[in-house]
Amino acid sequence: MDTLSTTTNKGKLAVEQHPALTGTVWRRASEGAIGAVLFVCAAVSILTTVGIIGVLLFETIEFLREVPITDFLFGLKWAPLFAPPSFGVLPLVAGTTIVSLIAMFISLPVGLLAAIYLSEYARRDTRRALKPLLEILAGVPTVVYGYFALTFVTPLLRQWFPDMQVFNALSAGIVMGVMIIPLVSSLSEDAMNAVPNALREAAYGLGATKLEVTLRTVVPAALSGIVAASILAVSRAIGETMIVLIAAGQSTTAQFNPLKAMETMTAYIARVSLGDNPQQSIEFKTIFAVGMLLFVMTFILNLISQRVLAKYRQVYQ
Amino acid sequence: MNAIDAAQFRNNLARRKRLGAIFAAICLAATVIGLVVLVVLIVSVFQKSQGWLDWQFLTSFPSRKPEKAGLLSPLFGSIWLVIMTGIISFPIGVAAAIYLEEYAPQNRLTNLIQANIANLAGVPSIVYGLLGLGIFVRTFGLGRSLLAGALTMSLLILPTIIIASREAIRAVPPSLRHASLALGGTRWQTVSRTVLPMAFPGILTGTILGLSRAIGETAPLITIGALTYIAFLPDGPTSAFTVLPIQIFNWTSRPQAEFGNLAAAGIVVLLVVLLSTNAVAIILRDRLQKRF
Repeated sequence: MDTLSTTTNKGKLAVEQHPALTGTVWRRASEGAIGAVLFVCAAVSILTTVGIIGVLLFETIEFLREVPITDFLFGLKWAPLFAPPSFGVLPLVAGTTIVSLIAMFISLPVGLLAAIYLSEYARRDTRRALKPLLEILAGVPTVVYGYFALTFVTPLLRQWFPDMQVFNALSAGIVMGVMIIPLVSSLSEDAMNAVPNALREAAYGLGATKLEVTLRTVVPAALSGIVAASILAVSRAIGETMIVLIAAGQSTTAQFNPLKAMETMTAYIARVSLGDNPQQSIEFKTIFAVGMLLFVMTFILNLISQRVLAKYRQVYQ
Repeated sequence: MNAIDAAQFRNNLARRKRLGAIFAAICLAATVIGLVVLVVLIVSVFQKSQGWLDWQFLTSFPSRKPEKAGLLSPLFGSIWLVIMTGIISFPIGVAAAIYLEEYAPQNRLTNLIQANIANLAGVPSIVYGLLGLGIFVRTFGLGRSLLAGALTMSLLILPTIIIASREAIRAVPPSLRHASLALGGTRWQTVSRTVLPMAFPGILTGTILGLSRAIGETAPLITIGALTYIAFLPDGPTSAFTVLPIQIFNWTSRPQAEFGNLAAAGIVVLLVVLLSTNAVAIILRDRLQKRF
């Protein structure tokens, strides 16, 4: 970048010294215009963020005019259409938390072990074959996972848990966990690949076995990347909509039995959007208030993940 | 080291190595388990779609009678949506990437834009749906149109396109830029005639990956209100529309088993569409890629 700008400056000098050169004014003007257009395109991303925060904030403030913020954040019952209505978001937060926990229970160990295999154990061609296959898992549309959870996983699990409801948190969480495996494995693998071989060789030199090298040298050295990947996975689970909308059902009160139906924040937003609600109705405003909470939660998690990477990353020579 | 210690060490070593072998097996199993699920998913969907996936299914409109229902309008809706999303997001995404890699000065604004793009990539898709609902559907008055859907999807996949394009542009060797500049090329001439052609395969791959995400996304379109019974083909950007994943969701949420089979047939079509776009991306990349 630096070389580029100095070269252009020199070019500019040369042009000024040779007024005989034609077209320089036009050229300089169009170069400036192009730079401006490119900048505007890059600024679209800022506008997007401003738009998201603006829309969510505007409707959330409207909502909070009618419902006190403490009722919203700490209320134990979510029933906007009941009489009298109740706007406690905690049941949705509980549903989101339980489903995400189940998903993490699957995706963190499996993703991490897969990353260890790909980075430390797999031969190069095995790895080259397995990685794109794992990536396919991340590319399957979430509506397909939802269908799979409802029509395959739930009937399967009901053989072991006969009292399981058709719509339940467990199936949705398990399938969501499978969906997130590639995210955890590929980011953790990147972190382990960045650990220099000298560390591994030093551990071998001290007489460690491959298992000991992996668990006591490579994994600790890559820990910041693994933690960052895990936080990102939580954020992804919280934000996932279709699997829970299709397979997890709905519930107005907080309950913690994964065999029963639960509603997450995302599924609630989608479910209300499916109905025809007048734009002035309080129910319509609730989806923006819940969306705001969702946005804040995922934003904080993403930020923590980035900070962990930036702060604790070991830079190896 | 006396004999007892040596024996103990050998014993220990054998145990440590056994442990290692077990651990390696567990790691392999963890890697394979995801693939097993993928295979089970595909097989179970294919089985359920048996007998439902035929020419009539592809050429009929959705219907209340399962035996007559098809996905002609969702298929066309998806094609319209992905083309419009591409037209909107590709130039903006590539331009933003060019700006950040080739033009942006090292300052706080640039850092802000970069951090912002990284954050946008992590925003849940349904939040983009709320943005589309608030801005495009209501403030701009676009209603539940293809245009509103395409604009929402474009914002959703822009981070993907920008990040991939930046990587592709960064991979172009600086010596090529220097050569162009030394020949008297302006900055834009250098970018448009040297850097972009070189980076094009990578940019294309990133764009197609982003677009295939747009094909599979459901939640933001539900939020902006695309879920309606559509028995006509879209005739322009302002037309109402439905798309494949939304039709699949619609069928999935009905209790009758026949609709479940229709959903499976729809999923097969969706997966075939996605697989072929991804295959095109890979082939294009391999064809166009030049190495240094």
